[in-house]
Order: sequence, then structure tokens, then C-alpha cells
Amino acid sequence: MGTGNFLWNLSKNYFTFGLIGLTVSDRYFSIVSVQGTSMSPTFNSHVDNSKRPLTDDRVLVEKFCLEKYKFFHGDVVVFCSPTNHREKHVKRITGLPGDWISAPHNYDVIVVPEGHCWVEGDNSALSFDSRSIGPIPLGLIRGRVTHIVWPPNRVGKVHRTISQERLPF
Amino acid sequence: MRNLLHRISELKSAAKEAVSKSLLFAKFLCLLHVTDTYLCSPIIVYGPSMLPTLNMAGDVLLAEHLSPLLGKVGPGDVVLVRSPENPRKSITKRVLGMEGDSVTFLPDPANSDRSLTIRVPKGHVWIQGDNIYASRDSRQLGPIPYGLIEGKVFWRVWPPRDFGTLG
Repeated sequence: MGTGNFLWNLSKNYFTFGLIGLTVSDRYFSIVSVQGTSMSPTFNSHVDNSKRPLTDDRVLVEKFCLEKYKFFHGDVVVFCSPTNHREKHVKRITGLPGDWISAPHNYDVIVVPEGHCWVEGDNSALSFDSRSIGPIPLGLIRGRVTHIVWPPNRVGKVHRTISQERLPF
Repeated sequence: MRNLLHRISELKSAAKEAVSKSLLFAKFLCLLHVTDTYLCSPIIVYGPSMLPTLNMAGDVLLAEHLSPLLGKVGPGDVVLVRSPENPRKSITKRVLGMEGDSVTFLPDPANSDRSLTIRVPKGHVWIQGDNIYASRDSRQLGPIPYGLIEGKVFWRVWPPRDFGTLG
């Protein structure tokens, strides 16, 4: 009887904890680890693989922006990949609806359509982003990155910066 | 002095009860959120785009959110999709093609019989309203990323004469 009671309490606690954790990570904050060097030097700022640190950067993602879907130039966002819904990518917004963007390869100028945004990695040489897949719907965005929380020597705020050459016209 | 101690202990127990009550309430809200986002939620749909399957004025439907998460959405399903044009809005349409499928459609059915065939790219789906004359869907917006699918409609609650699965 005692063990049954104990197991019941344990599973009840796990269930409650899971519910609360899931709610908080859906609506308020979550922590994700950034893989790959497409956002270097903002995240994973190692230049080549030989200097690769042991851990990837962990970042804090806030979900409050999903209530209104209001974003600004330079926001770093987490979004669901349009080509594979199981993958999540971290990139910086460089264009919002109505902006004119110059396509890098053929010197065409594209207008970002309504409800979409233009995302690019900070490390433009090694980034798979809007330059190859085009503008992405804002509805795919799953949160905004605000802070780096791990490793300890890189803890800090992620700034809403945008390099001059990438500014839309 | 004893009176004061008594008052303090009374206050203490009251505070304890308030905390436990609000904790219970918070847990309830969490449960509500999780059922709403991961299991099933009611939606109200308006508009002519899904006639004759869904009525024009305010059908209440139940949408489940497990199938999109598990990748079990297939052609013929009525799905709830976050609009690619306005992320604050959701639209209800029918899936006609998954990634890799060839879809043939009439881009302008009211004025011509011209048809087009395209291949749905990787990770996308082709959605269309049942009423092709009054629907804004993949024919104008192009294929939709799978990540925008939020739920699969499986049950109609209102109006009562159509209560049941979607025909």
C-alpha cells in the first residue's frame, strides 16, 4: 500500500511539473541550444572547427512577441524551417513586410510580401536563409532570442543590431 | 500577548490556504493551456471559402493538434492553418497535396478553363477551399509550409443538425 501511494504521488508530481513546464515554455520563456555557425559571431563564435568549444551556446527565447507578432529589424528569432517542420532555425530579421531587399545572386530587388519577413544569418558565408529559400511567413516564428545563458563566459544580452550593408533600402 | 500570537497563527493559516488555492488555480490554467494547444480546441469558422462542407455563418468545430505534431496530416483533411499573409489570423482549408505530389488546379475558375499543374516543394502542402470560386488559398499564395498547420478538424459541434464527423 505504501509503495503504491508513493508511486502515485511521484507520478502526480511529475505530471504537474510537466504541465507547468510546458505552459511556461510555450507562453513565456524557453531555453534552446544553438547549433552550427550560421549566426557566428553572435552565437557559437568560433572561427574554425579546430577551436570548436565543447558546448554550443544556450539561449533564452521569449514568447511574448507571439501574442501580436510584432517584430523589428535586427530581432534574432527562432523559426520552424519552411522545408522541414521538425527543424528549428535561429536567424536575424533583416526585412519586414513592405521592405525592398536586393537578392544577392542576381541583383534583383524583391518586396517582402505581407505577413512575411526576410531572415539572414550573421555569418553570411555559411548560412542557409532567405537568400536561398525566400521570405518566410511570420507564422513560422516560434520566439525571439533575448539572452545567451550558457556557457558562463558568454552570458549576456543579444542586441538588436543590424549591419549597415544589410539594411533594406 | 496570547491574543496576538493567536491572531498571527490565524493569519498564517489563512495565507497558507490562499497560496494553495492560487497554486491549484494556476495548475488548472496550465492544464487548460496544454489541452488547448496539444490535444483539441474549439474553433469558429466564418466565410464562404469552404462551402458546401462548412456553412457560411459560424460553424463551431473541434480541431485536434496531435496529427500535425506527429506528421499525420494527409490529402483530404480539413486543416486549420495560420495565415501566411497575416499571422494573427487562422484559416480553414482542405489539404489537396503533400510534398512531392503533383497538383492540378484552375487558377481562375470563374473566367477560364485553363488549368495548371505544379509540384509541391519539400516541406510544403497544397491547401484549397472547397468553394473554388470564393477562396483565397494556395492558388494565390502558393504552397504553404507544413509548420503553419495548427490543427486537423475532426468534429462539428454546431449547428446541431450537422453534429458529427465532417462529411
